[in-house]
Amino acid sequence: MSPAVDAAELRRRTRDLLAAHPPATTDRTDFLKARFDAGLAWVHYPEGLGGLDAPRSLQQAVDAELAAADAPDNDPRRIGIGLGMAAPTILGFGTDEQKRRFLRPLWVGEEVWCQLFSEPGAGSDLAALATRAVRDGDDWVVDGQKVWTSSAHAARWAILIARTDPDLPKHRGISYFICDVTDPGVDVRPLRQITGEAEFNEVFLSGVRIPDSHRLGPVGEGWKVAQTTLMNERVSIGGSRIPREGGMIGPVSRTWRERPELRTHDTHQRLLTLWVEAEVARLTGERLRQQLVAGQPGPEGSGMKLAFARLNQQISGLEVELLGDEGLLYGDWTMVRPELVDFTGRDAGYRYLRSKGNSIEGGTSEVLLNIVAERVLGLPAEPRNDKDVAWKDLSR
Amino acid sequence: MTARTEPQPQPATPDLLYSQDEEDLRSAVRALLADRAAAPTVIAATEADTPYDPRLWEALATGIGAAGLLVPEKLGGQGASHREAAVVLEELGRSVAPAPYLTSSVVATETLLALAGDGGPAAALLGELASGARTAVLAVPFATPPADPAAALATLDGTVRGIADAAVADVLLVPTAEGLYAVEATAPGAAVEPLVPLDLTRPLATLTLSVATGTLLAAPEASATAVERGLLAGAGLLASEQLGIAEWCLTETVRYTRERHQFNRPVGSFQALKHRMAQLWLEVVSARAAARNAADALATGSPDAPLAVAVAQAYCSGVAVHAAEECVQLHGGIGMTWEHPAHLYLKRAKADSIAYGSAGTHREAVAELVELPAP
Repeated sequence: MSPAVDAAELRRRTRDLLAAHPPATTDRTDFLKARFDAGLAWVHYPEGLGGLDAPRSLQQAVDAELAAADAPDNDPRRIGIGLGMAAPTILGFGTDEQKRRFLRPLWVGEEVWCQLFSEPGAGSDLAALATRAVRDGDDWVVDGQKVWTSSAHAARWAILIARTDPDLPKHRGISYFICDVTDPGVDVRPLRQITGEAEFNEVFLSGVRIPDSHRLGPVGEGWKVAQTTLMNERVSIGGSRIPREGGMIGPVSRTWRERPELRTHDTHQRLLTLWVEAEVARLTGERLRQQLVAGQPGPEGSGMKLAFARLNQQISGLEVELLGDEGLLYGDWTMVRPELVDFTGRDAGYRYLRSKGNSIEGGTSEVLLNIVAERVLGLPAEPRNDKDVAWKDLSR
Repeated sequence: MTARTEPQPQPATPDLLYSQDEEDLRSAVRALLADRAAAPTVIAATEADTPYDPRLWEALATGIGAAGLLVPEKLGGQGASHREAAVVLEELGRSVAPAPYLTSSVVATETLLALAGDGGPAAALLGELASGARTAVLAVPFATPPADPAAALATLDGTVRGIADAAVADVLLVPTAEGLYAVEATAPGAAVEPLVPLDLTRPLATLTLSVATGTLLAAPEASATAVERGLLAGAGLLASEQLGIAEWCLTETVRYTRERHQFNRPVGSFQALKHRMAQLWLEVVSARAAARNAADALATGSPDAPLAVAVAQAYCSGVAVHAAEECVQLHGGIGMTWEHPAHLYLKRAKADSIAYGSAGTHREAVAELVELPAP
């Protein structure tokens, strides 16, 4: 065990970092590397891997101090999949060599990650996936198709799950890999969406070679490894405090105050209901955050995504309607490939259309309701007929 | 109204968790209610002439000391806060126990606290309420919202309809144009007529005063401020009672649907039902955050309290009603019977949704407080 690192010690180390690498005169990437090496990247990670084995809750103090000094941040929006999903999975299941190789460039943002999980035939029923990985000497050869892959066009690496034994039931014949996106067998094609832009991709995998040293966890245990990834995907909330009117309710409330000519009695009633619900969702998130800090994590996290998805859709829908004539217009349909995942940017029409994805991405609301019902409330699962059947014998 | 410098002042971060002391208090209240206010007891009491069990009240008010939580020790109370009183109300909601806690120990007490600064009759009465020896109610209709307490009589002469717990109160706090009076329930010229309430666990009555006499507690302006303070605390902590109602309804519905079999499987395994209960769970955890926020804002005297209370009431009223309605529906036929307690919760939840202002009234208060004006 390393010596306990407390808040005062973290503040001291943060000031040492700032003194040795003044943000005003230090290259952005150099600063981020120094921060990682000082253990101030994610303080709850082990020493030598960007952390100090400190309580996770102390990260906020470090972040606040660095923000106050105008230090560069690693833009978690751009590298969100790497930070939120690949990193905890590599930390949990990776070999020492994998951790040393991948975590630092991931956190610094030198290497962007994407997630090759969903397939055209395996979305909510993710374990039904059909992408195959066949052993060939020291390598695995991967063939298949993935979809809804954000950042694939910018990514250097991907976390990938593929079927390694079709004779086993679907959850058991899956393995988990780190895939080199620059392999010539990886073909990333933009998938144009409802908003007109191509934030996501289709990814075609043809004879992609992955060395066995890039496998995460044992052969056939990929579903278990993927659970870690998916749980981290859903627990993305909780770190930071949201100010009042901090989410989608902000722009529509400002429009209401600044443009009295748009107001109607009907929209007033709906706005107030949604304002109250947004404020309650903010408080629920704050309570969850306080539980985490107090070391009593509750199951509320799985519910927050449900609440925000519904609220975002209703608020953005109201906003388009409130705008009347202007709501008939749309900013720009030109197909672009955004660098960042952007839920709240651009105009009301964009927000309305983009928020439709909030109840699908990262687990549909229907699947999350099942998770709450079964894991939080303890309700019985629906009977299922796919558990003991070999994957190859399932109907598709 | 206080001056506002910007449309959205950010509140101080509230403490939304429960302390160990609060959890201990909860355990004590829950054990007492399990012992003295089990569902068959409560159902039987609703058909009796005296719905309130004096032994339950004595144990709650005196034994646990719950009646005096809001009252400073120097005035004979426990010197605790709205956070603790909220926990008591969660448990009272969870058991729909008939007890004049909200009306006497919160609303009447809080009204008197605004007037007890320099001793006098208000302080003396507070001591009696804190000990649980006597109970009082604010003589305004139960539906009166905090922001609009303009239900005062001109003098101690006239009628006030639909006062909660008036039938069991020793003292009536009557706001009039001349100020706030304390009128003994047995005083000449005071008549309390019970009404038939929707919520059988919280009696309503009409007070008729015919040139009655009382003790003047406050001049008109101080009276209005005190009444508003009492109603604000009542509305804010009512959210915790609503949370308790919703929690019981969800817990019981989950328990029942896990056991009840139809079509050769537990009905709780059907996705159509699971999603409804999961949605309810999300509403309950959200209601908890809203109710705790209101209790904490009242306890800390935060300038955010009026908004925190309005938000909690606008949200929690609907959650309690939704939970109780789902409870009846998902219990099937048994949910419609008199002997199953689901109806007690539905009646309490629906009555609570009107008490101290409806959700719509509180949304109007939100509109005012955060400057989202009507067209």
